[in-house]
Amino acid sequence: MAEKITTNDIVKEENLVFRKTPLFIDKPLSYCPGCGHGVAHRLVLETIEEMGIQSETIGVAPVGCSVLAYEFMDIDMQQAAHGRAPALATAIKRLHPEKFVFTYQGDGDLAAIGTAETIHACNRGENITIIFINNGIYGMTGGQMAPTTLPGMKSSTSPYGRDIKTMGNPLKITELVAQLPGTYYVTRQAVHTPGAVRKAKKAIRMAFENQKLNKGVSFVEIVSNCNSGWKMEPVQANEWMVENMFPFFPLGDIKVPAEQK
Amino acid sequence: MKELRLMKGNEAIAEAAIRAGVDGYFGYPITPQSEVLEYLMSEQPEKRTGMVVLQAESEVAAINMVYGGAATGKKVMTSSSSPGISLKQEGITYIAGAELPCLIVNVVRGGPGLGTIQPAQSDYFQSVKGGGHGDYKLIVLAPSSVQEMYDFVDLAFTLAFKYRNPALILSDGAIGQMMEKVEISDQKPRWTNEEIIKMSPWATTGKTPDRPHNIITSLDLDPSKQEKFNHKLQAKYKEIEKNEVRFEEIQTKDAEYLFVAYGTSSRICQKSIQMARAKGIKVGLLRPITLFPFPSKRLFELSKQVKGILTVEMSAGQMVEDVKLAVKCSIPVEHYGRMGGIIPSPAEVLTALEQKIL
Amino acid sequence: MTEELIIAGFGGQGVLSMGKILCYSGIVQGQEVTWMPSYGPEMRGGTANVTVILSDERISSPIVGEFDTAIILNQQSMDKFEKTVKKGGTLIYDSNGITRHPERKDINIYLVDAAEEASKMDSAKTFNMIVLGGYLKIKPVVKMENVVAGIKKSLPERYHHLVPMNEKAIVRGAEIIKQIQKV
Repeated sequence: MAEKITTNDIVKEENLVFRKTPLFIDKPLSYCPGCGHGVAHRLVLETIEEMGIQSETIGVAPVGCSVLAYEFMDIDMQQAAHGRAPALATAIKRLHPEKFVFTYQGDGDLAAIGTAETIHACNRGENITIIFINNGIYGMTGGQMAPTTLPGMKSSTSPYGRDIKTMGNPLKITELVAQLPGTYYVTRQAVHTPGAVRKAKKAIRMAFENQKLNKGVSFVEIVSNCNSGWKMEPVQANEWMVENMFPFFPLGDIKVPAEQK
Repeated sequence: MKELRLMKGNEAIAEAAIRAGVDGYFGYPITPQSEVLEYLMSEQPEKRTGMVVLQAESEVAAINMVYGGAATGKKVMTSSSSPGISLKQEGITYIAGAELPCLIVNVVRGGPGLGTIQPAQSDYFQSVKGGGHGDYKLIVLAPSSVQEMYDFVDLAFTLAFKYRNPALILSDGAIGQMMEKVEISDQKPRWTNEEIIKMSPWATTGKTPDRPHNIITSLDLDPSKQEKFNHKLQAKYKEIEKNEVRFEEIQTKDAEYLFVAYGTSSRICQKSIQMARAKGIKVGLLRPITLFPFPSKRLFELSKQVKGILTVEMSAGQMVEDVKLAVKCSIPVEHYGRMGGIIPSPAEVLTALEQKIL
Repeated sequence: MTEELIIAGFGGQGVLSMGKILCYSGIVQGQEVTWMPSYGPEMRGGTANVTVILSDERISSPIVGEFDTAIILNQQSMDKFEKTVKKGGTLIYDSNGITRHPERKDINIYLVDAAEEASKMDSAKTFNMIVLGGYLKIKPVVKMENVVAGIKKSLPERYHHLVPMNEKAIVRGAEIIKQIQKV
C-alpha cells in the first residue's frame, strides 16, 4: 500500500500550476458568479505583473459594473464619469508619456454615452490601451438596452426584444474605431473557455506592450456575458453568447500592425 | 522693473498659465474666450516650459481631461464661456467630489441658451451655488482688470492646491476682450515628479511599494461613508470661508450709500462714484474679489454705517441675494442690472442709485 | 490727465491697431491704459470701434457713455458717435465717404483727410497713422518719442522696417489736420 499523500506534500513551489497574481487585491469580487469581468481583470493584472510595470501604470475605471475595478486592482486608478475614461486617459498619458495608461470600460460607457470621447481619443491616436467589455447590456444599472444589445434581444427597456426599426441598430464600435488612423491594434476576444482566455491574454499583453512603440490606441474588445442581466444560468449564458453574440461580434483581430502580423 | 505688456484679458490668462508653471491646458473654442487657446497654441508652450496644450473634441472632454490630469497631481486648467461651462458641469462636480485641485476660467457671455456673445454676469448662481449636482463649492475669484486676470491664475492654483479644491475665475466678455497694461511675472518652473509626490501624496502617479495604491473617485456606495465625506467637504468650505475672503473697498470711509459689484460692473461703479461725489452724494464701493467665500462679514459691518445698498450686476439680480443675506435685511438692498450682453453706463448706474436708494 | 477716446470706422481701416499703438505709447509714458473693442460678428460685416482710455490714475470704467474725443472715419460711425462727444469735447473726422458732416455746435471739430493723403503718399496702410498724427497734434496726450516706441512694441519685429514710414505719416497727419469749428 502506497504512503498517504498529505496536502503539504502537494503544496510545493515546483508543483505550482496556477497562482493568483498579487496585483489582484485579496477580497471578494463584486461581480456575479459566472461573469467575465473577473477573468478580464485577472488578465490585465497578470499582464501588468509580468511586464513589471505596477509602479508605472495608471488605470481608469468607468461607470458600470466595473466602476469598482479599483477596489480589486492594486494599481493607482482613477474613476471617470460615465463614458469619459478616454478623455481622462488622454490627459494622463499626455502629461505622463512614460507611464502605461489604460481604460477599462463597458459597452454602455464606451459605445453610447462616451462615443465622442472614444472616437476622438482613437482618432487622435492617443498612446493608450482601451479594454472594452461588451456584454450587450447595462449590467450595473439593471439590465437595460445597451448600444450593443442584439436585434430582438430582450432587456428591461426592450422587454419585447430590440426592435431595430424603433430602437436603432446595435453598434459595432470596434469595427468603427478600426477604421481610424489613430488606432494601431484592434482585436475582439472572449474569456469563456481556457483557449479563449489564453488568446485574450496574448492580446492584452500586446495592447500594453504597444505603448512602448508610441503608435496610437490599442483596443481590445472582450465579448462577455451577463447572466444576471440576460436572466440565464452562467453556463446557459455562455452558450447563448457563443450562439448569438459571436455571429454578430465575430472574434479575432480586426486591425493588426503590418510589422506584427 | 518688470516687463509691461498690453494684453487682452484672455491672452493674460494664457500667458499667466505658462508663467505659473501650469502643466496642461485642455480647451475648446467658444466666443468670447477663444484667444486663450489661440494664444497658447501660437506660443508653443511645450517648447517654453513643456506645458501640454490640447484642443479637445468638446467642453465635456476638456473638463474630463482636466480631471485626469489633476488626479495625477499636475497643475491643469481649462477655460470656456457660459454655454461651454454648462457642458463642463458634469466634470466639475466629479472634480469637486474627487477633491481635485484645478482651474476653470469662465469668460461669461449673455444667456440663457446660446444667448449672445457679449459680456454678462449671469452665471453667478452657477459659479457660487454649485452648478452641477451635489453639495459642493468652488473657490471663485472675480477679476476686474486684465492685470487681475493675469495674477489670479497663480492665486487660483495656490488656493486650489491648499484646499484640494477646484477654483474658478469668473470673468466676462468685457475683461476677456479688453486690453490693459499687464506686469509680467517671472517664469515659475513646473513641478518635478518628486515635488508632485511630496505635495500631493494622494495623486495617482503609479503605485510604488512604499504606499497603498491611490484611488481617485467620487463614489462611495455606502451612504454613511458618503455622508461622512460630505461633512468633511463642508468643513473644508467653512475653513475656506474663514481664511480666504478677499475684497476691495473704494471710498467707503465716509460712505452713506454703498455699491456692491464685482468684475466689469465694479469698474463702472467706480466711475459712477466719481460722478455721484461731484454731486455731493457720498457713495462707496465694496468689490468682492472672492465670490465664494463671500465677504458677508464686512458687508454686515458696513450695513451699520450706510443707509442703503445698490448691487450692480450684468444679470437679473443674483449676487443681490447674497448681499441681502449678509446684511440680514437691516437696510434697503436693491439691484440694478442690464442683461443679454448690455453693459450699463456709469450714468445709468448713478440714476439707479438716485431712484432706488436715495 | 485722463483722456477718454473712441475711434470708429470700417474694419480694415486700422481702427483697432491705432488704438493699440496709442495704448502702447501710453504704457511707455507710464500711463494706465484701457483698450475696449466692440467685438463680435458685426466687426466682420462692417463697422469697428474701440474705446481707448489713457490716464495718469487708475482707470475706472472701461465703458464710457461720453467721450473727450471721437475719431470718426465713416458715415455709420458719424451717425452713432457724434452725439456721444462731451460738450466742449473734440470730434475729428475724415471727410472721405461722409455724406452728412457733423452738425453739433457745442464741440470742437477737426478735419483730417487721411484717406486722400494716404493715396498721395501711395500707401493705404499709413491711413490710420495719418489720423493718429492729426489727433496727437490736437491732443498731445503722449510724446512723439513714446509713440515711436509704441509702434515698435505693437508691431512684430519683422515689420520694424515700416516704422520710419509710419513716423512720416504721423508727421504728415499733424500737418494736414485743420480746425473747422471752435467752441
